[in-house]
Amino acid sequence: MKARKLTMAQAISEAIGQEMERDAEVFVMGEDVGKYGGIFGATGGLLDKHGKDRIMDTPISETAFIGTAIGAAAEGMRPIAELMFVDFFGVCMDMIYNHMAKNTYMAGGNIKLPMVLMSAIGGGYNDAAQHSQCLYATFAHMPGMKVVVPSNAYDAKGLMAQAIRDDNPVVFLFHKGIMGLPWMSYFEGSTNEVPEASYTIPFGEAKVVREGRDLTIVTLSQMVQKSVLAAQELVDAGIDAEVIDLRTIVPLDRAAVLRSVRKTGRLLIADEDYLSFGLSGEIAALVAENLDTVQLKAPVKRLAVPDVPIPYSRPLEQFVIPQVHSIVSAARQLVGASQLEGALT
Amino acid sequence: MNPSVEHKLWMYEKMIEIREYEETMARIYLEGKLPPHIQKGLAFDIGAGPVPGEMHLAAGQEPVAVGVCAHLHDDDTVVGAHRPHHFAIAKGVPLKPMTAEMFGKDTGLGRGKGGHMHLFDPIHKFSCSGIIGASMPPACGAALAAKKRGKNWVAVAFFGEGATNQGAFHESMNLAALWKLPVLFVCEDNKYAISVEKSESTSVAWNADRASAYGMPGVLVDQNDAVAVYEAAGVAIERARRGEGPTLLEVKTDRYLGHFQGDPETYRPKGEVEALRRNDPIPRLGEHLRRAGVIDDGMDQAIRARVNARVTEAYEYARTSPYPQPEDALLHVFN
Repeated sequence: MKARKLTMAQAISEAIGQEMERDAEVFVMGEDVGKYGGIFGATGGLLDKHGKDRIMDTPISETAFIGTAIGAAAEGMRPIAELMFVDFFGVCMDMIYNHMAKNTYMAGGNIKLPMVLMSAIGGGYNDAAQHSQCLYATFAHMPGMKVVVPSNAYDAKGLMAQAIRDDNPVVFLFHKGIMGLPWMSYFEGSTNEVPEASYTIPFGEAKVVREGRDLTIVTLSQMVQKSVLAAQELVDAGIDAEVIDLRTIVPLDRAAVLRSVRKTGRLLIADEDYLSFGLSGEIAALVAENLDTVQLKAPVKRLAVPDVPIPYSRPLEQFVIPQVHSIVSAARQLVGASQLEGALT
Repeated sequence: MNPSVEHKLWMYEKMIEIREYEETMARIYLEGKLPPHIQKGLAFDIGAGPVPGEMHLAAGQEPVAVGVCAHLHDDDTVVGAHRPHHFAIAKGVPLKPMTAEMFGKDTGLGRGKGGHMHLFDPIHKFSCSGIIGASMPPACGAALAAKKRGKNWVAVAFFGEGATNQGAFHESMNLAALWKLPVLFVCEDNKYAISVEKSESTSVAWNADRASAYGMPGVLVDQNDAVAVYEAAGVAIERARRGEGPTLLEVKTDRYLGHFQGDPETYRPKGEVEALRRNDPIPRLGEHLRRAGVIDDGMDQAIRARVNARVTEAYEYARTSPYPQPEDALLHVFN
């Protein structure tokens, strides 16, 4: 299969374009998705190819166009609605969680809502509290939405094709700092080899990005790239980290997490969402509920945004969002502490 | 656009059906909810009886439902609000699964997962929502789908006058007009948003006036009359089918019952409902049909007997249907 390097933005837009060629019911709606190609490039080049009837710029009117996507999906179309920043869910959450997420259930499964809500997440570029959140756990917390959070171009393409073909609402969240944009620094690991042909990646299958013996780092999205860099640094300290990229959190590949933690006996969760009541707690609870078959060598450790809004100023933002060095240091503590404990007993 | 005799007869029979349906529900709803069957000290127990939860009935508001739906075909879509029965019945949703849904039964439209504010019938292209103003964006979506597929289907969003100060109303009007969507926005003004009168919530006397802000026609039907609604809706729906875009239709109507059953209605002036009931749109249309020689007493009785049989059968079906298995609660989050 022919492959070449693509940015994650290019990969997402390629997946959408291929699905649009495959299925006439697929179309895109959102702010600046047309001529601009999406503020973060997720629909780059699609307008020229598919025209404005299928790549539809909308007014800044999220309730109307996300609700419109719901209505069109109920009629059997396959809309993709882009919410420019996930932080903007506040103006349209009723359509998202009271309608998109619940209608299938309230209909007893008698209707289908095959739609994708895609949105940009994440900080790291000083855009402050209303444009830098991740919030994937918020969507995952409420039943009725599949939640996809890719970390690289290859996965993003396959997961987007899968999202469009799914008969259920899928929230597809791409981190701005791995899209490979020419105007924002990004982690180069996210730009990788992507086959030209169309393919899908099933939901609920985490990927072991790096195998290791000493600890498991469970992570997702941009934090995967940070964790891989951290794992490389940890080699010098004699620590062999296994990195698990969840890829989707609804459904969540619980088995992959448990399999890895059973092997390593140590768990670090690296998360860019808020700390409390979120993804890191969920993963920790999963392990806690399985302590009969998981032998932990050290208590679970969590890295996440410490329950503050994302601050603007560079030193403040870098302090609250886990960085490569914070992953390294947490991993060293986790392994070091238990090795020490082991030495004493 | 004067209704044909067939359409007048259809509207008459459907209005009788809606009224009988709602009055029957008002009665059954009270079963098990009053002393001495409930917890001591309570006057009413909303969660008790065969039909628990909130119940919003539309007795008196029949004209808006039948006057609009008389124009609709199977392929047209209707999205209703939290008070949805009259729209559902007028759109052709079968009474049996609809009623079973309100009884929380496995034979219900949503297998007991939705209840009376959340009725989904994809075959008859009807849905509704318990969130105020939420009928409009999905109706725009149905209209967009029709347009994309090159069909002359239309979508109708029904909502109360209390919904017109929601963002969803204004956003949907703008989007529908901008994209010339084949959608009809129908505001049924029953004067009260629960207890708050329109004059206390809305900056203009008539919501129809707001249509001009979005470059679409706004039409006021100032009487609770099926023929008047029919005529105004016909023009708007034909316009939508021709691809000329949306219309906002505002209909003055009357709510005979409380916002929900159990509503003490202390906000209503004494005697208001009695006065409204003297202007009942059902006997008015019946009189009209009689004077025109379309029906006589015998036909009228036959219609009422037919309706009564349908409604009785539906409630019986709902009552005797099985409940879902408790663990079925875990099904249908995804399809």
